[in-house]
Amino acid sequence: MSQDLTILLIKGLADTAYMVGASSAISFLFGLPLGVILSITAPDGIGTNRPLYGALSLLVNIGRSIPFIILMVAIIPFTRFLVGTSIGTNAAVVPLSVSAIPFVGRVVESALREIDDGIIEAALSMGATPFDIIRKVLLPEALPAIISGLTLTVISLIGYSAMAGAIGGGGLGDIAIRYGYQRFMPEVMLATVIVLVLMVQFFQFAGDRLSGMARHDKKTEK
Amino acid sequence: MIRLDCVNKIYRVTEPGGTAKRDFHALRDVSLDIENGSIYGIIGRSGAGKSTLIRCVNLLERPSSGRVFINEVEMTALGEAKLRAARRKIGMIFQSFNLLANRTVFGNIAFPLELERWSKQEIKDRVNEIALLVGIDDKLAQYPSQLSGGQKQRVGIARALANRPDLLLSDEATSALDPQTTKSVLRLLRDINEKLGLTVILITHEMDVIKEICDSVAVLDSGEVVEEGSVLKVFTTPLKSVTKELMTSVMQTRLPDSFADLKFTGERGSRETDILLQLSFFGSVAAQPIISDLVRGFDVDVNILAAHIDHIRATPCGTLIIQLSGEDRGGALDYLLDMNLKVEVIGYVARFNDITH
Repeated sequence: MSQDLTILLIKGLADTAYMVGASSAISFLFGLPLGVILSITAPDGIGTNRPLYGALSLLVNIGRSIPFIILMVAIIPFTRFLVGTSIGTNAAVVPLSVSAIPFVGRVVESALREIDDGIIEAALSMGATPFDIIRKVLLPEALPAIISGLTLTVISLIGYSAMAGAIGGGGLGDIAIRYGYQRFMPEVMLATVIVLVLMVQFFQFAGDRLSGMARHDKKTEK
Repeated sequence: MIRLDCVNKIYRVTEPGGTAKRDFHALRDVSLDIENGSIYGIIGRSGAGKSTLIRCVNLLERPSSGRVFINEVEMTALGEAKLRAARRKIGMIFQSFNLLANRTVFGNIAFPLELERWSKQEIKDRVNEIALLVGIDDKLAQYPSQLSGGQKQRVGIARALANRPDLLLSDEATSALDPQTTKSVLRLLRDINEKLGLTVILITHEMDVIKEICDSVAVLDSGEVVEEGSVLKVFTTPLKSVTKELMTSVMQTRLPDSFADLKFTGERGSRETDILLQLSFFGSVAAQPIISDLVRGFDVDVNILAAHIDHIRATPCGTLIIQLSGEDRGGALDYLLDMNLKVEVIGYVARFNDITH
């Protein structure tokens, strides 16, 4: 592997890591509260609110049904408003986050709704406030499932970030297209794919480990 | 004193398979007075409304009408914040334990104390103290998934007691446990009741549980209290068929199945008929040698067909089904009727020898 190629790949890896890292952080930041609100306002939640749940749910469904490549183009004005430009890695972070927030919201919602009603009832019987229940019961009990869901989010963001090359976002996907495909350099294509596979493997492994460490409801305790 | 005053609970339910809604009356005019320091049992078949009733005490279920008082405080009149404060003085334990899986035993017992914002040191001291009381002090670092059912319920009890409640609600707490473990958990509840002077309200579908630890009992059927009183009274003189049915597992008062074919006549027949009697006794009568008195005092033969002797708390009680035959059986019957026991003539049957085969 030539030195140029190595430098290229390292640069691509850094761009991808930046895009995935920033959009993951932003989508967790907004998706987590979104998921909490969805789960508690749901018909079987502790603070049922049908209009709010219906509206949020609709919004989430719309967000999730728009293909990423279209979303990326469609929200260009919004992107420009936020980061001042519509090209580059910073610009790619906006559509990546926007597409991942509803996903994280649903992941968190379903993780929280898995919690046994009996545990919530027990907390209520001890005089817990709704806030106590979210902070001390729902989130800690759902932590392993939330970690698994976030792992899933990071991995799909790695995939989506490859598409961000289309708006000059850079990153490994961009390199694969421009060098590997358009300039007929299969070794570049192969190298980027290998790096992407390794990244996904790493995050899956780390996510599984973290989730397993947070999980105490199985008999298979160390 | 815990007082339920005319509590009703009505649910709107959707008819299965349709959109039509109807009202389901889960509790109907339930009024109960429960004395402080007692263990009060509520028994009924599944679907009788027990779970709803016990949840109406700490208002996990809000009654549709009626009032609930705990020590002169009208629970049903409290706002959210005051209700939460009141609930902190009511412990509750559950059939499925409802422990937090991702917290250790220590963390679970500490939970209600964290809600009350106790300091770390206070929590530590209290958790250790209460864990010792319920006998799980060596399990504090473990997670619930590593414990047996009985140990989990002990953690549940410790958690319920941590905040020094005045009242403990037990929702079928032993129904998921094997008989041996049930006994030990019930003994623990009885101990706690005696040591801490804590009032306990428990619901169960097992008469055994009532017999083992309760002072008073209410029988719930289709949302109504059909029978109520001291355990001894309800056990020895059950009035309603539901109660009798619930009791068959504890007190074998039925004639054995092999007697089902016998033809009874309602009257004293010829000299060739025997009398089948059911004797129920409790308290001091149980200590008297009634059967030997019968045989010595009268010219009769006594054949014991079924017997069950038990203790409700410290009081012996039991039932005996006997067959009386012989010349003097009329006199013997009169003697029995004079004794301080409940005598029920099951019937008169033609002398049967095949029974004693």
